[in-house]
Amino acid sequence: MADLEDRINESQKMGMQIIKESEDDRLMTLSVGPQHPGSGHFRFVVKLDGDYIVHCDPDPGYVHRGEEKMTEYRNFIQNIPHLERPVIHDSTNITYSYSLAVEELTGIEVPRRGQFIRAIASELNRQVYTLYWLAIYGIFLGHSTMFMWPTGDRELFIDLLEALTGARVTHAFNIPGGVRNDVPNGFKDRCLRQISYYEKRLKEYEDIFYNNPLVRQRTEGVGILTKEDAIRLGVTGSVLRASGVPYDIRKAEPYDVYNEIDFKVQYMKTADSFARAYVPFLDMRESCHILRQLLDKMPEAGEVRAKLQANPRGPPGEAYRRVESGRGALGYYIISDGTPKPYRVKISVGSFRNMLALPHLLVGAKMGDMPVIYWALNYWPVEADR
Amino acid sequence: MSSEANHSNNSNNNFVIISNEFNKNNPEITTTLAPPNSRHDHPLVSTFSSSSRLASPPLTKTVGSPGSPSTPLRRKEPEPPAFEKGIASEISANFGQMVQIIFIKPLRIKLAVEPPNIVKVATFLRDNLGYDHESVAGTDYPKDDQIEVIYHLGSYSREDLAGQVLSIATRTNRDDARLPTLINVYKSVEYHERETFEMLGVYFEGHPRNERFLLPEDWADIPPLRKEFRIKGR
Repeated sequence: MADLEDRINESQKMGMQIIKESEDDRLMTLSVGPQHPGSGHFRFVVKLDGDYIVHCDPDPGYVHRGEEKMTEYRNFIQNIPHLERPVIHDSTNITYSYSLAVEELTGIEVPRRGQFIRAIASELNRQVYTLYWLAIYGIFLGHSTMFMWPTGDRELFIDLLEALTGARVTHAFNIPGGVRNDVPNGFKDRCLRQISYYEKRLKEYEDIFYNNPLVRQRTEGVGILTKEDAIRLGVTGSVLRASGVPYDIRKAEPYDVYNEIDFKVQYMKTADSFARAYVPFLDMRESCHILRQLLDKMPEAGEVRAKLQANPRGPPGEAYRRVESGRGALGYYIISDGTPKPYRVKISVGSFRNMLALPHLLVGAKMGDMPVIYWALNYWPVEADR
Repeated sequence: MSSEANHSNNSNNNFVIISNEFNKNNPEITTTLAPPNSRHDHPLVSTFSSSSRLASPPLTKTVGSPGSPSTPLRRKEPEPPAFEKGIASEISANFGQMVQIIFIKPLRIKLAVEPPNIVKVATFLRDNLGYDHESVAGTDYPKDDQIEVIYHLGSYSREDLAGQVLSIATRTNRDDARLPTLINVYKSVEYHERETFEMLGVYFEGHPRNERFLLPEDWADIPPLRKEFRIKGR
């Protein structure tokens, strides 16, 4: 020790500055993303003490497109194609609540058949999104079968949506007043056939992935988000339902025809990463029941959209409407000043709200658990940035 | 500033067209319409003054307790539903003139409060009524020289409030936009208020990080959601 002090004194005489080891020097700062394949277009900076994360600071905005500003330059109809860009894998749901809000502002009524087709497209798209998410979650757990299977089965729903809307991912299908076009011939049978196949596949998913002891070991008990914290942090969607809060907008504030559909809100009480990964799976299974009912109850014939004036507009006012998307409540707050263009559009998305849970869950966790926690949050960076 | 003047002219022209359309459909409405070019043609001012006009167009909207089958309601009469009215009267019984009730619609209530009172009102809504936070939206009103920040509150904890959205609006001066933060009431407003800070330039007093969030690090322009910020080429 004396030797060290001598050396320090000697160095100071020579004019050197001695920096003593502080708490900060022990920590390693690591930037996860935005090029990291595991983060999406998103970065979060973590500080590591050995294996443990002691600090986490999310840094979104790499895909911020100014969607809210862009809406102020276009009329209510022109806004639809660009508003679905934040989450193209769930493009029907992100334009759903927009259409609902515009309908409330302009006083447009949707024909009954249009309401059913909308709900069907929305449920099909929920499957597409959740399968995509499940594929990514599988590959980041090192389970490459769970990457291949959902990616393959997702094509079935994409094909269905292509038959319905004409486009594979960006549909621009929902419009204020209904949907753009009617269902093609034989759509109902085709849909039912694929759902029965898909329900068999879901059983296989459960066996190979959710009942896999390795997957359970990696996810169970990791990243506990208690019910109180989930409410306090304002998370939504599957993250909220995995923490034991049975909250689903389709049940809480039924829109269009959802009040005629019999379904249960899927939730779990274990509040760990496994629950957050399993609740979307339960949602997919429940969504199949919803789809069957919707196809069964859909009127055989009728209008699919209301007649709109060239530039729909309503009296000055405001509307806030929400739907349940693949990532939770998706709300639009629209202020109209009476012109065909909205005065202000605020998109309240689930990903942005779930982001606050990320530092809460990562601090204190091991770096190796980072992908397990991060991807179970159902976070879609592009949607959060808007 | 010239582009802004153009914008207001456009909106006035459209306003006249709308009032004509409404003349045909509903003669009552014209009485509540403000003349163009007055201060009342502002969207929010007119919302404040005439709630009957807002309620007049036929709307399909589901009402009733969550989960129960309900029929679409044509909202023709301006009479607000009893449940929402009860909540609103509970709030006004506690705060009186401090809280101004802007509208009561099925599943939606809007309140306006002065900035110094917002923390007190939000604490009451959280502790006594069981509201949890959902979203924050800021809107720029250059004609009033004000910025409005609105907090949308939903509820996870109370089942009968699940479909309800209560919004508290508060307004601040555009030149020196400062508001007290709600972060001590609702932890979940943290990123929303940070976004409002950079997008509209509203400084939240007491917020730990009034910093850049979504915009590029080298952003050196005015806050983009202010109305005088124009997209290039538009």
